[in-house]
Amino acid sequence: MAMLLGKKVGMTQVYDKTGELLPVTVIQAGPCAVIQVKTVDTDGYNAVQLGFDDVKPSRRKNPQIGHTRKADSVPKRFVKEIRFSNDAEPQYKAGDSITVSVFTEDEYVDVVGTNKGKGFAGVMKRHGFHGFPASHGTERKHRAPGSISSFASDAGHGGSPKKGKKMAGHMGNRRVTTKNHGLVAIDEEKNLLVVKGPVPGPAGGYVVVRSAKKA
Amino acid sequence: MAQKTKVSNAGKTEMLDAVESKSLKTDIPHFEMGDTVDVRCRIKEGDKERIQVFTGTVIARRGRGINETFTVRRIVANEGVERIFPLHSPNVIDIRPVRSGKSRRAKLYFLRERTGKAVRLAHRHGDHTVTE
Repeated sequence: MAMLLGKKVGMTQVYDKTGELLPVTVIQAGPCAVIQVKTVDTDGYNAVQLGFDDVKPSRRKNPQIGHTRKADSVPKRFVKEIRFSNDAEPQYKAGDSITVSVFTEDEYVDVVGTNKGKGFAGVMKRHGFHGFPASHGTERKHRAPGSISSFASDAGHGGSPKKGKKMAGHMGNRRVTTKNHGLVAIDEEKNLLVVKGPVPGPAGGYVVVRSAKKA
Repeated sequence: MAQKTKVSNAGKTEMLDAVESKSLKTDIPHFEMGDTVDVRCRIKEGDKERIQVFTGTVIARRGRGINETFTVRRIVANEGVERIFPLHSPNVIDIRPVRSGKSRRAKLYFLRERTGKAVRLAHRHGDHTVTE
């Protein structure tokens, strides 16, 4: 499974072969440096640690500088691991560089990112509740959640609200995965991936791109 | 020297343009407001495809890059018909200016209020879009 770290550039449109206008997101993905290779022998599991986007060494602490120096690299802003199964040792070695060409055989990709934070949001925005009528005698309750439980709310009596009850609260700024984006184009020269549809997060936000788990 | 994987500093717009530019046409003929053009476009009917020619006056051109469109107006059976074509769509096969019209504005929406002979624009001499 191919995986790469990248940065969301923004959205635009392109025409496909049939003349249809596709909404696409451009992702600047890689080149990612392989910082560390973990194997069952050394760490108990197989993985490859990738780093993306250089940062000035003076802005990082010595342990991090030393960690990347082992791979003959410089500290990175965005570091993630690719897990491999325990019986397939990774084919990479520390110091390798991975580029968008790993996706040449893929038709679909999944994108993981952190979505935009919305702050403290009510139930209508956060969970899609319908609220109450605007008129016909409704007073001070137009966007209220309604009843959250009753005396016998759960099994038995004297209940409290159910765990996981949808209520107002902080919305967004969470890890979100969007699946099965069509891979429209790969620009190996500029390290760009063009995927169909919107991906989580603001332009400039870090994302993980990987081959679709199920197309 | 430590291996660097520096993320290029190319601006956001430059990267988006690089992606977009691949769907842009490079062979668009020069035409101006008020010109009469033949637009050949591909029309899909079920599983059949045919080519339709729409002839009329260019009354507007707006947008930039991939979003650029132009509006062509013609009179069919005493009824004004306007079509908006995406300039870069592969379904717009070609645009042929056939007659240049004189106009001093960027949008010729005033033609919508006109009927009959008043719809015609003066033929432009000198700076020709079309060589006749």
